[in-house]
Amino acid sequence: MLLVIKKLGSLVLCAFGLLASSVAMADYQLNMTPGVTQVSRDVYWLHSLVLVFCVVIALGVFGAMIYSLIYHRKSKGAVAAQFHENTAVEIAWTVIPFIALIGLAIPATKTLIELEDSSDPDMSIKVTGYQWKWQYEYLDEGISFFSNLSETSRAAAALGQDPTGVENYLLDVDNPIVVPINKKVRFLVTANDVIHSWWVPALGWKQDAIPGFINTAWTKIDEPGTYRGQCAELCGKDHGYMPVVLIAKTEEDYAAWVAEQQAAAAAEASGATKTWALADLMAKGERVYATNCAACHQPNGQGIPPAFPSLVTSPLLGQPVAEHINVVVNGRPGTAMQAFGAQLSDVDLAAVVTYERNAWGIDSGEIVQPAEAKAAR
Amino acid sequence: MTSVAATTDDHNTHHGPAKGLMRWVVTTNHKDIGSLYLWLAFIMFLAGGAMAMVIRAELFQPGLQFVRPEFFNQMTTLHGLVMVFGAVMPAWTGFANWLLPMMIGAPDMALPMMNNWSFWLLPFAFIMLVSTLFMEGGAPNFGWTFYAPLSTTYGPDSTDFFIFAIHLMGISSIMGAINVIVTILNMRAPGMTLLKMPLFVWTWLITAFLLIAVMPVLAGAVTMMLTDRNFGTSFFDAAGGGDPVMFQHVFWFFGHPEVYIMILPAFGVISQIVPTFARKPLFGYTSMVYAVGAIAFLSFAVWAHHMFTTGMPLAGELYFMYATVLIAVPTGVKIFNWAATMWKGSMTFETPMLFALAFIFLFTIGGFSGLMLGVGPADMQYHDTYFVVAHFHYVLVTGAVFALIAATYYWLPKFTGNMYSEKWGRIHFWLSTIAVNVLFFPQHFLGLAGMPRRIPDYALQFADFNMISSLGAFVFGASQLIFLCLVIHTIRGGSGKATDQVWEAAEGLEWTLPSPPPYHSFSTAPEVK
Amino acid sequence: MSVNEPGGGQRSNRTLVRRLLLVVVAMFGFGFALVPLYDVFCDVTGINGKTNRVAEQADGLVVDQTRWVTVEFVGSVQSDLPWSFGPNDVKMRVHPGQLSETTYYAENLSDRAIIGQAVPSVAPGVAAKYFRKIECFCFSQQELAAGARRDMPVRFVVEPGLPPEIGTVTLSYTFFESKNQPDAEQDHSNHAKFGVDAEA
Repeated sequence: MLLVIKKLGSLVLCAFGLLASSVAMADYQLNMTPGVTQVSRDVYWLHSLVLVFCVVIALGVFGAMIYSLIYHRKSKGAVAAQFHENTAVEIAWTVIPFIALIGLAIPATKTLIELEDSSDPDMSIKVTGYQWKWQYEYLDEGISFFSNLSETSRAAAALGQDPTGVENYLLDVDNPIVVPINKKVRFLVTANDVIHSWWVPALGWKQDAIPGFINTAWTKIDEPGTYRGQCAELCGKDHGYMPVVLIAKTEEDYAAWVAEQQAAAAAEASGATKTWALADLMAKGERVYATNCAACHQPNGQGIPPAFPSLVTSPLLGQPVAEHINVVVNGRPGTAMQAFGAQLSDVDLAAVVTYERNAWGIDSGEIVQPAEAKAAR
Repeated sequence: MTSVAATTDDHNTHHGPAKGLMRWVVTTNHKDIGSLYLWLAFIMFLAGGAMAMVIRAELFQPGLQFVRPEFFNQMTTLHGLVMVFGAVMPAWTGFANWLLPMMIGAPDMALPMMNNWSFWLLPFAFIMLVSTLFMEGGAPNFGWTFYAPLSTTYGPDSTDFFIFAIHLMGISSIMGAINVIVTILNMRAPGMTLLKMPLFVWTWLITAFLLIAVMPVLAGAVTMMLTDRNFGTSFFDAAGGGDPVMFQHVFWFFGHPEVYIMILPAFGVISQIVPTFARKPLFGYTSMVYAVGAIAFLSFAVWAHHMFTTGMPLAGELYFMYATVLIAVPTGVKIFNWAATMWKGSMTFETPMLFALAFIFLFTIGGFSGLMLGVGPADMQYHDTYFVVAHFHYVLVTGAVFALIAATYYWLPKFTGNMYSEKWGRIHFWLSTIAVNVLFFPQHFLGLAGMPRRIPDYALQFADFNMISSLGAFVFGASQLIFLCLVIHTIRGGSGKATDQVWEAAEGLEWTLPSPPPYHSFSTAPEVK
Repeated sequence: MSVNEPGGGQRSNRTLVRRLLLVVVAMFGFGFALVPLYDVFCDVTGINGKTNRVAEQADGLVVDQTRWVTVEFVGSVQSDLPWSFGPNDVKMRVHPGQLSETTYYAENLSDRAIIGQAVPSVAPGVAAKYFRKIECFCFSQQELAAGARRDMPVRFVVEPGLPPEIGTVTLSYTFFESKNQPDAEQDHSNHAKFGVDAEA
């Protein structure tokens, strides 16, 4: 019996001890990250405080119980006392924890006030959750893009694949969100379909993204770096496959990134007027398909019937291109097929429709040019 | 003819059970119905456990090995629903049926017909719920908390069957709760004043009031879902002027008291078992009763601590944080009282006591992580991670389920008249207790390191702890099969006859009856001094 | 003990069951009552950034020339609505109490007429009750013919009572596809849901 108690006690103490000293092991961690902002450090400190508070109480209570389990047992000849109340003791162990909790509540209140103070930001970024990707819109810079699970992770995440060796498996995206350090960045968080939750542990908080409503959160990051997180609210099939990757850059690097993004957007716009070759459209279309369509219709186009029909055997293939574009742009009301019109540029739209009519051995040879896509919208 | 049949029926219900299968269909006897509840709960526990095994098998390694994400989501959803509504709640109702009349000196429950109906709704509810797995589009896949709009606009077709199943369970729970309240308030033996009732009776009385207060709110929530899905209303749909966050408020107004519905009877059981094996009266009986009352009362005022990240205003967050950490005070009082009951006792460690001790230690760990979660700013990190999963499994598995197992070992000799095998009881205890910690303790680390809950696959740095956790899960699951065999063995004779008293220092009216007790517990009311 | 005997026991059981059933019915009703209660609560406290969906008046407000507030405008479209929608101005600096106007654009990308409903939201949530919309396209449903594009005005006032620590207020709209569409338009009750005619 002694063994039971020792085992239980040591397990508990050892585990809490490990937690409290935050031993960092080679490739996994035991404790919360202190993060890279003042808020995240305050949250971490509060977490440590409550943890120590719990461990101290646990030592007292478990210690007393273990002592009595050892010495107050019948086999040791213990004779039961018959006391069953003691008002003074009972008042003490009601009032003392109450006072201790007030001691906890004071720093917690301070940190909460700090967390909620998103006033007077230096810049604002709108974050929109979609099934299953994020959209980032920089209000002042006019930059807007979608952030999808990276193609390497997507490929390794298929049933039966071994993801070992894939770098940042499930924590990597094609277009990360980029912010400057030492600036107060405000996030306006909302969702497009169901509730999501935007979370980067290094920032110290997560914020639910709720369709129709806008929530605010803010951060001010100290050091440049890449910080990874995930969607934290169950949002359907691919809830586990919509990571958040945030890159913090120095002010100069950030300015360079903004200029680069704006130049890329201008180049994209010019691409809409030129005539594309089939190979170029297919290459572009494969990327557009992988990031927007493959989650449901699968990389091989077979889908997961009945919810996500196969594209290889789709009746759309026999119909005019305009009808195909119509489905992609407007979606199919009442089904899981979203309207992608607002998300895809004319080039994207032309490329993905061309891809879907030529990939997987379909080889119809039909080419859709961006200008046609624009006209067919 | 009719009058003859009626007489025979009458005869049966008053002097002994009917024969054959019909006995169980038509029975209005509290022990028969109690057994039905307990067996249903055990079957659902194994079914929900099998789903947990699928979940842990998929999470054994990174990558997808066995199931697709959409099926994984159905498993997590049904595992939660089956364990909460199918295993823990019916099991407590089963013990209430068996024990309340015996503990308060009554012949049976107050409303025997309603008792029969409230049980027989449940099998249909669960057949309907589990059958959704075979429907086109799959079973509900939106988590046991079924947040809108994932469950309304985006829910699978089977959601309507889920809603109907929840309605049936709700009606069953409400009828069961009414029966408990009427029995306790109207059927007590002479001299048994409220403050002489055993704590199991007290905790169930308070639980029953919680049930009739919040099950109708859940019924309201799913009714609003139903009309949103099918009749064009917009309670939770922002497009029509509704608000998805309001769903969470309504759900957690039910959901938080619901967790106390599952744990309060456990407090009662532990308060019965510890004094018996410490051979010492329960310390602070009155403060125990007040603490349970305080916990139940506070449970109505803290629901939005599940919603710190939904964008509540600061004042709301502060209020819910303060109210939540306040619950630590009455909960602490209960733990301290159990410790003081053991202090200077004369303890022995039979299997019920072992499980009760494991409950006190491990539930306390769950309580600590609960306190941590209640601290608003820290919850911004903990929320929706495996830290939360670890917390509520410590509270519900090593809490509610361990108390149910302890109660089974404690009262099974009384129910059957046979002793269980102490050796196998100990084997079951050690395997379960070690495995359950291997299963759930590493999940604290996973959560703190940033692993969200309800994901079918995870980043590589979470691999080691997930594998450890899964190994613990397989052992814990397998050791419950030992429990099943042990219960069947005891019913069939076990390791010898049990005495009426069963335990040396057991106190209470149920131990004054023979083992097994007669079909009608107390035909003449005992006198309580 | 009298309650243990058949006659008296039955009667008191029935009374108690009746009372408990009343509690059940009352709590079922309470579940539904939470909906309007929550709305009232939101109106009073401004939680969740819920803001008015019917026109308010700008009368009686004094312009505070000494203070500037930045108002940001954002727009979103729900995925099943094939529209393009957003603000024409990204942000604006205003004095509290000053009547201001901006416009949003909406374009129907599809080949059919569609009715949409914009849902307003204000961040931070506490600012919602100091943000008055005098005229807004969200007060009524908007119908756009196939391929049509329209600019829609918003006239608003930030009340001088806005807490001093709030320097930036964000006005957000999300356009949803309305449940009643032009081809199935027999039912006009939804149109008038917010008390303003759809074509206003």
